[in-house]
Amino acid sequence: MSDVILQLDSISKKFDGKDILKDFNLELHRNEFVTLLGPSGCGKSTTLRIIGGFVKPDSGRVLFDGTDITNLPPEKRNVNTVFQKYSLFPHMTVAENIAFGLKLKKKSSKYIADKIDYALKLVNMEGYGGRNPESLSGGQQQRVAIARAIVNEPEILLLDEPLGALDLKLRHDMQRELIKIKKEVGITFLYVTHDQEEALMMSDRILVMNKGIIQQEGSSKSIYDEPQNAFVADFIGESNIIDGIMVKDLLVKIQGVDIPCVDTGFGTNTPVDVVIRPEDLEVVSKEEGFLKGTVTSVIFKGAYYEIKVLSDGYEWMIQSVNPAPVGEVVGLTVLPDNIQIMHKPASDDEEVVRDE
Amino acid sequence: MVRKLKKALSGIYVTLIGILLYAPILVLIILSFNDSRSRVTWGGFTLDWYARLFANSQIMDALWTTVLLALGSAVISVLIGVPGAIGIHAMSRRGYRAFMLLTNIPMLNADIVTGIALMLWFVHFLPLGFGSVLLAHITFNIPYVILSVMPRLQTMNISVYEATRDLGAGPVYSFFKVLLPQMAGGILSGFFMAFTMSMDDFVITYFTKGAGINTLSTMIYGQIRKGIKPELYALSTLIFIIVLIILTVFQFVSGRRERNKTYKERYNE
Ligand SMILES: Nc1ncnc2c1ncn2[C@@H]1O[C@H](COP(=O)(O)OP(=O)(O)OP(=O)(O)O)[C@@H](O)[C@H]1O
Ligand SMILES: [Mg+2]
Repeated sequence: MSDVILQLDSISKKFDGKDILKDFNLELHRNEFVTLLGPSGCGKSTTLRIIGGFVKPDSGRVLFDGTDITNLPPEKRNVNTVFQKYSLFPHMTVAENIAFGLKLKKKSSKYIADKIDYALKLVNMEGYGGRNPESLSGGQQQRVAIARAIVNEPEILLLDEPLGALDLKLRHDMQRELIKIKKEVGITFLYVTHDQEEALMMSDRILVMNKGIIQQEGSSKSIYDEPQNAFVADFIGESNIIDGIMVKDLLVKIQGVDIPCVDTGFGTNTPVDVVIRPEDLEVVSKEEGFLKGTVTSVIFKGAYYEIKVLSDGYEWMIQSVNPAPVGEVVGLTVLPDNIQIMHKPASDDEEVVRDE
Repeated sequence: MVRKLKKALSGIYVTLIGILLYAPILVLIILSFNDSRSRVTWGGFTLDWYARLFANSQIMDALWTTVLLALGSAVISVLIGVPGAIGIHAMSRRGYRAFMLLTNIPMLNADIVTGIALMLWFVHFLPLGFGSVLLAHITFNIPYVILSVMPRLQTMNISVYEATRDLGAGPVYSFFKVLLPQMAGGILSGFFMAFTMSMDDFVITYFTKGAGINTLSTMIYGQIRKGIKPELYALSTLIFIIVLIILTVFQFVSGRRERNKTYKERYNE
C-alpha cells in the first residue's frame, strides 16, 4: 500500500477558452491535511471538483490509489465533499441528511442509527437529529454537512471553503474543531480556502496557487518564512517587497544601500525581489539605520504598532511594540537572516528593471 | 401619513374589487336559485335549475370535455414543462435568455393569432377534435409550467444536487428523491395554473375544436343567440364554488407550511 492516495497527473482544464488549470500536478498522502490556498478565481474549486468528479479535465489523469478514475462519476468515487454552503437537503431532517449516503449503500438500520449518533457526537451536535436544516445556524449546518460526508467513511474528504460563510469568531472555533475531527477519523483532508491565516493554522502542507499553477508548496512555516516568489510573499501575511540588486553573494543593494544578507548563488549584479516581513524591521535612530525615511503614520493594532516609513519613494511597513514619532526621520535595520531574496519572475519585469 | 394613505388606498382597492367582481358574482349566485326566468324579479327559492343542469346532456358533455381537457393538458404540460425548465436552467446564460424569450412569447401573443395559427397548422395533419384541442392547450400551458417551476430552480443551490451525487446517488435517484420534492410547490402551482388556463380558454379552443365537440365556453357562446338559460347560472355558481374551495385549500396548505417555518426559525433564536 503506497502512501500516496491521490494523484493529479498533468491536469489541464479550460473554461470558455480560458486556461483555468494548466498541466497541474498534485499528490495527496494518506492521513494528511493539505490546503489549497489562493486568491479568488485561481482554480481551487475546479481542482476539487475534478477530484470529486463534477468536472472532467480536458487532459490529464486522476489516479486514486494508483487506479485511473478520471472518467468515474462522482457517486462511484470513494471521496466525499463538504460544500461551501446550502448543500443540506431542506426537506429532510438532520438525521435523514446524514443517513442519505448510508441508505444508498443499503446499510442496516441499526448500523445507520449508530453512525448517525457517532457522527452527531463527532461534530458536537448531539440531540439535533430531528431538527430541520433550515432551523440551524450556518455553523451548525456546516457541522451537519461534515457529519453527512464523514459517515460514508471516504478515504479523502474534500472541503471547499466550508467556513467561508461564517463569521470570524465562529470560524476560529470551527477551525479548531475541524483539526480535532481530522485527528479522530484519520483520513486525508483536502481543504480549499483563500484565507491564509486559516491555511497556516490547520494544514500539514499548503499549496499556494495562482492562475492555475502551484506557486509554492510546503509546511506552514516554510511558506511563511521562505516565500519563493513575490506572489507568495505578498499573499501570505504582509510583506515589504522591493526591487533590489544582488551585488554578490551575501550582499544585496536596496535603495542604493548595500546590506548584508545570507543568500548566495544569485550571481553578481542580478536584479532580484527582496522580501522583508514587517515584524523583522526595526526602527532606530537615523544614524544607526541602513535605510533612512520619514515616519508617515503610526497605528496602534492592539498587540503592536503598525508604522509606515517613507524612504526613497517606497513605503515600508513595520510592526513594532514601540511607537515612533510621526514626521521624524528615522533609520531602519534588519538582520541578515530576515532578508529573503527571490528571483524575479522570468518575464518582462526583468527588462524594466535593467532599463532603469 | 404614508400609513394612512396606504390604508385608504387598500380600502379603495377592496371596495372596487367588491363592486366590480364579487357583486356581479353574488347576483349570479342569487339568480341561480331564483324560481323565475326573469333576471330582475325574485320568484322564490328553487333548486330546479340545478336539477335541470344535471339532466342536460349537452351541458354535461361540455363540462366533461372541459374537465378532461384541463386535467389532460395540465398533466402533460407538467410532464413536458418540468424537464424543459430544468434543461433551460442548465443552459448557458445566452441559451437561457433565448429560451425564456421563446417561452414568454406564446403567453404574450394574442390568443386569436395562436388560435388561427394552430388551426391552420393542425388541419394539415389531423382531424380537428378533442385531440387537436388537447394539443393546443398543451402548447399554451407549457410556458406557465416553466415559469412557475423556474423560480424554484433558481433558488435551489447546485450544491444540493452535487451533494446527492457525492453521497452515492445516480442522477435518476437524485432527481426523484431530492430535486423533485424541492420543486413540488412550483410544479403544483404550475399544474393549477395550467388547469385554470385551459378551463378559461375560449379563443384558441374555438378555432381548433372542429365541429364535433364543445367545451363549456364554446357551448355557451353557441347558445348566446338563443339567450342564456338559468341552468348556466347554476353551472357558473358551481364552478365558482369549486374554484373557491381549491384556492382555500391551497392557501391553507401553503400558509401552514410558512407558519411552520417561522415557528422553527423563532425556536432557533
Ligand atoms: N462551469 C464553469 N463554466 C465557466 N467558467 C467556470 C466554470 N467553473 C469555473 N469557472 C471559471 O474558472 C475560474 C476558476 O474558478 P474556480 O471556481 O476554480 O475558482 P476558485 O479558486 O475556487 O475561486 P473562489 O475562491 O472564488 O471560489 C473562474 O474564473 C471561474 O469563473
Ligand atoms: Mg471556489
